Amino acid sequence: MSRRYDSRTTIFSPEGRLYQVEYAQEAISMAGTAIGILSTEGVVLACEKKVTSKLLDNDGSAEKLYVINDNMICAVAGMTADASILVNNARVNAQSYLKTYNEEIPCEILIKRVCDIKQGYTQHGGLRPFGVSFLYAGYDDRYQFQLFTSNPSGNYSGWKATSIGANNSAAQTLLKKDYKDDLSLKEACELAIKVLSKTMDSSNLNSEKLEFATLSLSKINPGQVIHKIWKDSDIDSLIKESGVLDDKNTDDD
Amino acid sequence: MDIILGIRVADGTIIATSKAATRGISILKDTDDKTRVLNKHNLVAYTGESGDTVQFAEYVQANIQLYSMRENDIELSPKATASFVRNQLATSIRSRKPYQVNVLIGGYDTKSNTPSLNWIDYLGTQVELPYGAHGYAAFYANSLLDKHYKKNMDVEQGLALLKMCLKELETRMPIDFKGVYVKVVDKDGIRSID
Repeated sequence: MSRRYDSRTTIFSPEGRLYQVEYAQEAISMAGTAIGILSTEGVVLACEKKVTSKLLDNDGSAEKLYVINDNMICAVAGMTADASILVNNARVNAQSYLKTYNEEIPCEILIKRVCDIKQGYTQHGGLRPFGVSFLYAGYDDRYQFQLFTSNPSGNYSGWKATSIGANNSAAQTLLKKDYKDDLSLKEACELAIKVLSKTMDSSNLNSEKLEFATLSLSKINPGQVIHKIWKDSDIDSLIKESGVLDDKNTDDD
Repeated sequence: MDIILGIRVADGTIIATSKAATRGISILKDTDDKTRVLNKHNLVAYTGESGDTVQFAEYVQANIQLYSMRENDIELSPKATASFVRNQLATSIRSRKPYQVNVLIGGYDTKSNTPSLNWIDYLGTQVELPYGAHGYAAFYANSLLDKHYKKNMDVEQGLALLKMCLKELETRMPIDFKGVYVKVVDKDGIRSID
């Protein structure tokens, strides 16, 4: 029965649902996990890399983390190809705002603009919706550090800690349990590793399966935002420091 | 021969605009207000081709207000407002029929608690100044302002300096400009002064 309402994004089913949009969200819940945590000193984004192959010639750049402008970065769950279209659009929007107002675009305005595009594809027929959810980490002088998510329906929301992609509900339960309002950035990174180590399928965690990025404020130059997409060696040393692997071994005993 | 003058003082910005609306050799009106309120802490004063001026000022006013409506009553800062206006004029000058409008924007940034005065001409030149004027008024007033302007003047001292400028203008200008409207932009918003 539902097949009749499947093929078009713009048609409601008799239960009042948009199947194509729900399918897009379903596709994302199978993609690699991405989690974001807000701390007092900044924001951390961490992603699970799903496909890794020895033969893959990787230039070291992140696949699922993007820099949008000087004040914002984002993580992607879902179809990377769709994401790059939206990321490009976000970058253009951010620069165009900077050009007209001579100020960095406030995070929420930019997210709203990207979400308006996503929303369009749930209403104008014949096309499929964007199969991506985003985690946005940003800083602006109105609300300081911020963390947002958006999904294919075009909805967005602000969080202290959240996750998208595979096992996101499990990750969120863990985050709810361990999140504290006064986390430092380092503690937030360790929490991110801890949560990922529990939600990921693979037994041994290493930099090959992870991507990490942080957003913080410069200590030398107040008001300047620093975004860092981590190198493999940094991720490995964080894993070692956080001690998640040691825990795993003791659990197994 | 409209007069618009602006003086930035320690805790606000003073804007003065002449009351006379002239066309050719006639004064049509002596109660013309050459300013528009953009938002709670931004005031634009304009001179230029009549018709263009009001059209442009109200277009900018509508856009600044639209921004606040869309963004949960968030106010655009004076710097962002001035940049937006500059951008509009810079786009206009490259069109077939450019706006011939010069403006001063008096603003107060509630975030950093700083007053500002932005001088923008029809070519899209924008500068942030301690004091400034457009048109003929600039010829007479700038020298006085250069000599008597002090950093950290308060509003009262600023108004006294403005009075000096007006006295000079009344002496030197070839036609009566019918006095001025004086407005102050500070932390409490925009107010008129008699």
